[in-house]
Amino acid sequence: MTLLDVQGYQKQFVIHQSGRQFTAFRGLSFRLAAGEFLVVTGANGIGKSTLLRCLYRTYVPSGGSAHYASLAGPIDLVRAAEVDILWLRKTEIGHATQFLRPRPRVSALELAAEPLIRIGTDPHEARDVACTWLAAFGLKPDIWHAYPSTFSGGEQQKLNLIRALIHPPRLLLLDEPTSALDRQARATLVARLQELKDQGVTMIGVFHDLDVIRTLIDRELYLRHVDQ
Amino acid sequence: MMPATSTTGAISSPIQTLLDPPRLVTRRPLLQTDGLLKRYGRVTAVQDVELRVYPGEMVGIVGESGSGKSTVLRLLNLQELPDEGSLILDLPGYAETNLFALDRFQRRMIQCQHIGIVYQNPYLGLRMQTSSSGNIAERLIMAGERTFQTMRQVARESLDASEFPLERMDDAPWQLSGGMQQRVQLARAIALRPLVLLLDEPTTGLDVSVQALVLDTLKHLQHELQPATVLVSHDLGVIRTLTDRALVMRHGRVVEHGLTDQILDDPQHPYTQQLVHARLS
Repeated sequence: MTLLDVQGYQKQFVIHQSGRQFTAFRGLSFRLAAGEFLVVTGANGIGKSTLLRCLYRTYVPSGGSAHYASLAGPIDLVRAAEVDILWLRKTEIGHATQFLRPRPRVSALELAAEPLIRIGTDPHEARDVACTWLAAFGLKPDIWHAYPSTFSGGEQQKLNLIRALIHPPRLLLLDEPTSALDRQARATLVARLQELKDQGVTMIGVFHDLDVIRTLIDRELYLRHVDQ
Repeated sequence: MMPATSTTGAISSPIQTLLDPPRLVTRRPLLQTDGLLKRYGRVTAVQDVELRVYPGEMVGIVGESGSGKSTVLRLLNLQELPDEGSLILDLPGYAETNLFALDRFQRRMIQCQHIGIVYQNPYLGLRMQTSSSGNIAERLIMAGERTFQTMRQVARESLDASEFPLERMDDAPWQLSGGMQQRVQLARAIALRPLVLLLDEPTTGLDVSVQALVLDTLKHLQHELQPATVLVSHDLGVIRTLTDRALVMRHGRVVEHGLTDQILDDPQHPYTQQLVHARLS
């Protein structure tokens, strides 16, 4: 079954103040079957993260289509209503980014449990599951109740990953998830990704170090330089 | 191809991306307003504003002073009438009714029972000389409550939900700090468990640490009560922390709408780009 069918995808940035335009990619097409792991490669600044952000609609795609087979029915992610995208983010599409935006006065444990609570899991149960993951990623129990704004880059990234992985989405977008991780966390991550893949989760990832996830890769999308 | 309609925001916005109507979300919006137009003399304060808010959702309105954002909030609060436009709340018995067309008494009842508001300036929302619990009781009396015990109980519960220290519930607002005054306003707004919550710069003027606490309370209440909330703020950090979607207003019109992260990370309209980059520089 095709989960995602991207055709003629395009992203252009327009900076009004300077009157400049910049094309990140155009004419991009690929198909992804349910359960496949696609890795996006190419030089620095070529638009790998931009592609993930467009699919998540943090960035507005400039053209083309991205037909996604939601459990609630087929939908074009380029044209989908904002409330539909919010619904998909809550239920089916996850995005693990490099950076965490900690919220004031919310503990690491609460942040980790939040995605489960949001979909209706009992808060006590959600916190128990969150504790298991905090431990598995090597975050020490004495910082679980601390505010993540004080955490190191690696600790913040771990927390961010837990938030993205704790509730298995159907489509998972991974933006450099291993960049600041230590060896233990990296092993936990790869094991979790394998587990998700076995469950049929489809993934699109950008990785600094491909060796870590080599065994998971089904396909590669190589982004080339675009003439402006 | 389906006809393109916008789901929130202005019809005539030049930057409007043509989006499909919602397909996966099939329930009705709780709050729906179309074609709002409000003039004060020769000044057009608000024009062509269209907005949908679903239960449990918080939508932000950003824009500089005079952009019309607070006017929109006063219209949604039924405290002023527009020159044109409609407001529909998905209430039993009123699901097809333009609330602006109701008489004053009916509007007042709906406002009192189903809409809660928090103003930037606590003097607009509170009686400063009356006790904090009395401020909340007043709201209940307006809605027809007559039992002292019930009023006391509801006041206690809503102050507690707003994380107000209960030992001070009989102090008058003038004796309280700015952060605590906002909590009393919030308690008063949520006392009757409204379907619609309107927040007009609720944390502006508070110092940063108090602001963080109030934001956190708002986030909890939003999750617990699931109202359709509209938050007006010029503070993009507040908008990012609390809202799912946002509208950008300028000169009374919506110039851009979108998912909050999109508005802040990939703004499309020249004005939004200016607004977002002004903050970062």
